[in-house]
Amino acid sequence: MTVPFVEMHNISKRFGAVVALRRVNLILQNGEVLGLVGDNAAGKSTLMKILSGAYTPDAGEILVEGTTMKFENPISARTAGIEMIYQDYALVPQLTVTQNIFLGREHMRRRFGVATLDNRRMDSEAGTMFQMLGLRVSSVTSPVQELSGGQQQAVAIARATAFDAKLVIMDEPTASLGVPAIAKVRETIVRLKQNDVAVIMISHRLEDVFSVADRVIVMKHGQVVGMRDVSDTATDEIVHMIVAGTDPRQPAAPDDPEPS
Amino acid sequence: MVHYGLFMALGLWIVAMSFASEYFLTWLNFLNVARQAAPIVIIAIGMTFVIATAGIDLSVGSLVAFTSCLAATWLADGTPLALVIPAILIVGTVAGIINGYFVTLALPAFVVTLAALVYLRGFAFVYSNGYAVPITNDLFLAIGRGQFLGVHIPIWIAAVVAIVGWFVVTKTRFGLYALAIGGREEAARLMGIKVERIKIAVYGATGFLAALGSIVISARLSNGSPNSGIMLELDVITATVLGGTSLFGGVARIGGTVAGVLFINFVRNGLNLMGVNPFWVQVVTGLILLLAVLLNTVVNRRVEEWARLGDTEREGQT
Ligand SMILES: Nc1ncnc2c1ncn2[C@@H]1O[C@H](COP(=O)(O)OP(=O)(O)OP(=O)(O)O)[C@@H](O)[C@H]1O
Ligand SMILES: [Mg+2]
Repeated sequence: MTVPFVEMHNISKRFGAVVALRRVNLILQNGEVLGLVGDNAAGKSTLMKILSGAYTPDAGEILVEGTTMKFENPISARTAGIEMIYQDYALVPQLTVTQNIFLGREHMRRRFGVATLDNRRMDSEAGTMFQMLGLRVSSVTSPVQELSGGQQQAVAIARATAFDAKLVIMDEPTASLGVPAIAKVRETIVRLKQNDVAVIMISHRLEDVFSVADRVIVMKHGQVVGMRDVSDTATDEIVHMIVAGTDPRQPAAPDDPEPS
Repeated sequence: MVHYGLFMALGLWIVAMSFASEYFLTWLNFLNVARQAAPIVIIAIGMTFVIATAGIDLSVGSLVAFTSCLAATWLADGTPLALVIPAILIVGTVAGIINGYFVTLALPAFVVTLAALVYLRGFAFVYSNGYAVPITNDLFLAIGRGQFLGVHIPIWIAAVVAIVGWFVVTKTRFGLYALAIGGREEAARLMGIKVERIKIAVYGATGFLAALGSIVISARLSNGSPNSGIMLELDVITATVLGGTSLFGGVARIGGTVAGVLFINFVRNGLNLMGVNPFWVQVVTGLILLLAVLLNTVVNRRVEEWARLGDTEREGQT
């Protein structure tokens, strides 16, 4: 049995009085595509932000390839090969496409003994990146605020996939896209999987999940309701789990003793 | 586009004034205006960084007054120049860092630096007892009055500061991160940028440059005065905003800032040469600030919308 790429054990997180996550467990194999679904405020984004280092958990443990990790910030998670595409893309509108892609890990070169940005190299690499991804943006030197929503997402995808990621987390990647753009996102996920990159996709659109995911995890009220292989379930069952918050294949578990 | 508008306005004004006054378009007058503009340029380069991080620093004028009183008093006490200058620059930097520190506590920069505007000038009065202190150190005075290759030293200093500022904005991580923070702080944070550290450094650098500007000003006026630099922050902010640096952060235009300072100073100079009542000059300065903000927000937004619209249309055609 191989070591899973990511293991999250008993992750808990609260925001003031709100319990966002309660002892959540998640295991992800290399190159696996996992769909993460659940009602609004179920805790999906929070769980993924913990995995990407944007939030620190109150309790619980994260292992990457069997080693316990402490993600204090997104940089440490990125170093471990975990990238996240945020729900709002987290792009800086006034910066160019290139500047956004390389933000936080710029190529530098020495000039007059000073470390300076190697803008030319970054522009040309960004250009090649878009060609390889088959993504279209008008120009890598235009500010992202001049791009359409779909193009902005392309930038966010490029940023997350360009740096040898082993896991790409996508928070509702298809929420605001047209049909062709959704197809593009699916293609991207398939391509990542072929390259043995794992993907976690949060989505409210079950058809997207069913079309690309190997496995689905359902969350509600900060807990995992249940888990299914996509080949072994149907939309109806997942919908039932999302709405009822119970797993029909499990005998009714005794209620959580902790007051909510 | 708005950006080039300023250069055009500057050009038009220079042409118009050269018809109105023979003296206007002389090398001597140009040097004179540039020398007056120099300390404003020096401080406005710092302000460009602050505004690019979506901040503001209202305290620079008071910091000029405070550091000028310190410099004049220390020199009068016989402290060697080689000590006074670094010490003044350190005081300025520390005052800026203090501003920056409070800004990183999520207090509005407007209020933090307004407080500093008040207390720094208070310090200046306390320290000087309200009197201007004359400066007689020749070497110090040379910073404001000396020439090199026929050009005044303040102009050289301003040019070096502007070039370094341009270099930092366009070629260094620090400049890029300042823009990223001003553009969208949360995104910058998620990309691992140390937001607090950069902000403190930006305010610290502005304090440093305010102290440098103060040295140039007091060397030219040959005194340190608690009344020095009154309303200077407004000139500096007007020039920066006029130059196209976005009040909402994320965009810095060093060249625009320099042009903005020159524009304000040429307008004043032209009005003076035409013998316009100096009180009107103040009215005009206020109107320029209003114009600057108008260009910066309304017109910029229009242009952006237009650019985006054009983009989607083009996409529709392919
Ligand atoms: N930064 C925060 N501060 C305070 N509360 C938060 C914060 N982030 C999330 N929460 C709360 O935690 C709970 C889970 O939120 P989360 O964003 O993880 O839900 P979600 O499953 O992603 O929902 P959606 O489908 O609407 O995106 C919600 O009750 C939310 O209000
Ligand atoms: Mg969410």
